Amino acid sequence: MIEFHLDPSSGVATYLQLVQQVHQALQLGLLEPGDRLPTAQQVVASLAINPNTVLKAYRDLEREGLVRARPGLGTFVVGRLPRTDPAAQARFRRSMTSWLRSARDAGLSPDEIEAIYRTAFRDCFTEGVA
Amino acid sequence: MTTAIETETLGKRYGRRWALTDCTLSIPGGRVVGLVGPNGAGKTTLLHLAVGLLQPSAGSISVLGGVPAAGPEQLARIGFLAQESPTYARLTVGQHLQMGQWLNPSWDTDFAAQRVAELGLDVGQRAGTLSGGQRAQLALTLAVAKRPELLVLDEPVAALDPLARREFLQTLMEVVAIHGVSVVLSSHLIADLERVCDYLVVLVAGRVALTGDVDELLACHHRLTGPRRDVSDLPGNQSVIEESHTEKQSTLLVRTTDPILDPAWTVTPVTLDDVVLAYMRQARDGGPRSTNHLAVAR
Repeated sequence: MIEFHLDPSSGVATYLQLVQQVHQALQLGLLEPGDRLPTAQQVVASLAINPNTVLKAYRDLEREGLVRARPGLGTFVVGRLPRTDPAAQARFRRSMTSWLRSARDAGLSPDEIEAIYRTAFRDCFTEGVA
Repeated sequence: MTTAIETETLGKRYGRRWALTDCTLSIPGGRVVGLVGPNGAGKTTLLHLAVGLLQPSAGSISVLGGVPAAGPEQLARIGFLAQESPTYARLTVGQHLQMGQWLNPSWDTDFAAQRVAELGLDVGQRAGTLSGGQRAQLALTLAVAKRPELLVLDEPVAALDPLARREFLQTLMEVVAIHGVSVVLSSHLIADLERVCDYLVVLVAGRVALTGDVDELLACHHRLTGPRRDVSDLPGNQSVIEESHTEKQSTLLVRTTDPILDPAWTVTPVTLDDVVLAYMRQARDGGPRSTNHLAVAR
């Protein structure tokens, strides 16, 4: 069983924070098929959030094929998230590091580099947010 | 799902002063609705109209499809918790429960007893000697144990310390999860409501400044920062709620459901607090607010 937590200052909608935490737990192997998610009532009692928010998060996860609600029993993990190949992770990290170094050597400040990264990141993933 | 509260050009006047003006609202049922606004905005007036403690001076209001306090049946469908969570200081906790049972035909004895036990309240203790948090929890237990379809709570957490506030909201959300009751609660602090509400009504100076589903409101408002520019040349689908300018930079809070394509803007998400405050200022000042730091500097 995992426990949810909230970051009120993140600007990320509460239901999305719950979805992301399940994603992360799946990617890290903390959750596996057959595991039960906390009930809406349990989440609500610990976080003092709206039950509709929890149900909305679980519906999203169900649409992604990651969990399934079994009436009267709870919501269970049924899917896996592909865990990225460690070699691929290392390769992208190396190319990111070399990109960062070249930006720094070209005279860009850390703030500028971060702004460029954030903008490019947003452009790349905008569809996923809405 | 039926509508929880529906108003049509609703108004309430005290003497010459209008506490609520031209208020047209449709609040959906099955939701936890936050009623937010500065002190004196008309929140309590609207809630008192909803439970039938006040009569409209203009327009109309219906609650769960009926006239507020029209008869015993309508009264039984609505649970109301007034400001400061009033209880009878000289009656014990147990006597409160007994009174609730006598006065309410649909009283849930098991729920009330179980809740009081979970809260660790002594049934023999007089309500006047309870802490503020315990008193609020007792009052909430009474309002919920009558098993209403709609709970109306006026500033339920305003007088509570942070821990009691969190515990009160935890209890309330558990009740919503178990019984599926609709809730309308007011506060002048958005932070109290941000976690629990999925629908928001913002009142300013007796008028509705903003209303809508919380996730939708968050998704369609953005903060744009970029080189200084005139807002009149923005695309027509972006409406500016708030703008502020320095010599070089413009910062806007805009409402749009379309993506923002102009690469000159840095787009950041907004919090519910940002959105509510912007609409409150806009309503107070009449029209989009423009802060020109240049002009101020001179």
